[in-house]
Amino acid sequence: MTITAHERADMSRSPIAGTDPTPAISLHGVSKVYRSGSETVTAVREVDLNIERGEFFSLLGPSGCGKTTTMRMIAGFDDPTDGEVRLTGNDVTGVPPNHRDVNMVFQSYALFPHMSVHDNVAFGLKRSGVAKREISGRVGEMLDLVELGDRAGHKPAQLSGGQQQRVALARALVNRPSALLLDEPLGALDLKLRQSMQSELKRIQREVGITFVYVTHDQGEALTMSDRIAVMNEGIVEQLGSPAEVYERPATRFVAGFIGTSNLLTGTAGEARDGGSDVRLADDHVVRAGTALLPGAAVDMTVRPEKIRITTHEPDAALSRVRGTVTDTVYLGSATHYTVRLADGTEIVVFCQNTSDALEVAEAGSAVWLSWQPQHSYVLPEAHASRPAPHTPADPSDEETHNHA
Amino acid sequence: MVKRKLVPYLLALPGWSWLALFFVAPIAGMLALSLTTGDVITGFRQTFHVANYVDAIATYWEQISRSLLYGGSATVVCLLLGFPMAYWIAFRGGKHKSTYLLLILLPFFVSFVLRTISWKFTLSDNGVVLGTLKSIGLAPDDLAVLNSAPAVVLGLAYNFLPFMVLPIYAVLERMDPRLVEAAYDLYATRTQAFLRVILPIALPGVFAGGLMTFIPTSADYVNASVLGGTHNTMVGNIIRTEYLVNNAYPTAAAITFTLMGLLLLGIFSYARALGTERVMEVQAR
Repeated sequence: MTITAHERADMSRSPIAGTDPTPAISLHGVSKVYRSGSETVTAVREVDLNIERGEFFSLLGPSGCGKTTTMRMIAGFDDPTDGEVRLTGNDVTGVPPNHRDVNMVFQSYALFPHMSVHDNVAFGLKRSGVAKREISGRVGEMLDLVELGDRAGHKPAQLSGGQQQRVALARALVNRPSALLLDEPLGALDLKLRQSMQSELKRIQREVGITFVYVTHDQGEALTMSDRIAVMNEGIVEQLGSPAEVYERPATRFVAGFIGTSNLLTGTAGEARDGGSDVRLADDHVVRAGTALLPGAAVDMTVRPEKIRITTHEPDAALSRVRGTVTDTVYLGSATHYTVRLADGTEIVVFCQNTSDALEVAEAGSAVWLSWQPQHSYVLPEAHASRPAPHTPADPSDEETHNHA
Repeated sequence: MVKRKLVPYLLALPGWSWLALFFVAPIAGMLALSLTTGDVITGFRQTFHVANYVDAIATYWEQISRSLLYGGSATVVCLLLGFPMAYWIAFRGGKHKSTYLLLILLPFFVSFVLRTISWKFTLSDNGVVLGTLKSIGLAPDDLAVLNSAPAVVLGLAYNFLPFMVLPIYAVLERMDPRLVEAAYDLYATRTQAFLRVILPIALPGVFAGGLMTFIPTSADYVNASVLGGTHNTMVGNIIRTEYLVNNAYPTAAAITFTLMGLLLLGIFSYARALGTERVMEVQAR
């Protein structure tokens, strides 16, 4: 029995979801259609999301997938064409941003260049009428939290990119919003700074316990930081789940391809036994899948490159195994990446850790065996859920057209 | 190496020569002229006659102060009209921004004097505007706009509006629109977002626009002579008359320098009030 993306979404509620069942943010059938002249572009298509309190939630997807538009509708900068946005249970659809209890960290930081760091952070508190004495206390506290206590009098232009980023964070957090929206906040930083800011953000989020909604196109960032991830593509949520779920059990081909590197194998389900199935691949190799399938069904499977072993001798027959020819090797120091071509032309990427016992180095052109544990061939639910199993084993050429449909 | 170091200076040489020849030399000559005595027939002799200034200021104080008043009023009118225009083009202009900018500059393709004269036709007692208003009974029959202070100020504002719009536009166009969103996100109302964020950031543009409007408008004489009649003469008209009609070169030069001194004084105090970082911070509080 396999699990559909929908069922998985229900299973993967955040473990942090506390005593209050009302989600911090919920979207119901939210769509956004842009019209320019006679053209219409659907940026977001009927998105349903529940973001729990205290959760670190990521909206992950390529540019143009609708993640930023979704966030802007939560913030109130854009109004949904259709559907409803709720903040802690209250319908805020159509409510302007200055009346919403969420704050945003902009990709460009959007710090007010004419104000000091202190005045930037105090801006929201002043507007909401907090007493002067309380303002300076809270601003000081917040600047200490982001480790900029000694920079209160500086202008944004006098700070480094990472420091400006932390000011932007402090300026939003100081208002104690019910949720903090972060729009690719680390995008402008260099790699090293980005990595240290990732753990910094996590630490701050744990300390303040505020719901974080994090928009990013960087799957590594989303995997490291999030409690849950919504993977978006072309305006819809393709999968909703924990980092391990979207990585290990991608719901669609898109998710499998977008998150990490993935090898896609297509084939036809054969005999089902021991809670698994044999799958005949296009090049007639038979591999085991850890899922029981209807015999004859067309199957899309993914295998992660790091799960595959590359050997020159024949591996144990209990493993899933295929034969191929190495076409490319990339030596990376701690690991080597191989590209192996199967008889039918399918290319498989293998990541091999260069441990002391992995001395076998396959060179380009050499014939090798690839093997992996059967449970690591993960069957994409999309393929066999959406396609009815044919009664007779399908003609391979027919299968090909199905897969591309 | 020495030659290479000289290159920038050599490149700057034409510019410096130009300035020396056509700016510094005439200014120095004018300054010398303002301290001479005599007349065109007998010639002017250098006598360092400072009383030229005293006489000029005493005689024409009314016109000098009127010029500053008209120039200042026109600048304020330009700011009130020009800021919304610049704002609208910068944030709402979309892909037609350059078209709108061209429209603002379009009157400049017509001669300055012609533009002013066309205002005279437009505002004349029975012209397009007043004539229509009077014929439908919306204005009293004896209403006149021409030959008045408002006519001169409006004419000045009309002629120098682009000098206000363009610098403000340049600042707003460079401004990150996310700053306004950030202000709204941090609970600011529209008014607060404007006063606390947009205006302070646009201030350098307002400052430049103000200078570029105030200086030429307070020295202008075309608007006053075409639209102002006989009772609204500005200092520009006086200088022109003294120089070209009365041939009283020292007096004309003395008024010119008085005007220049007053403008410089005004500019420096204006810069102190608007242009410095510290004042902008105060503004933001």
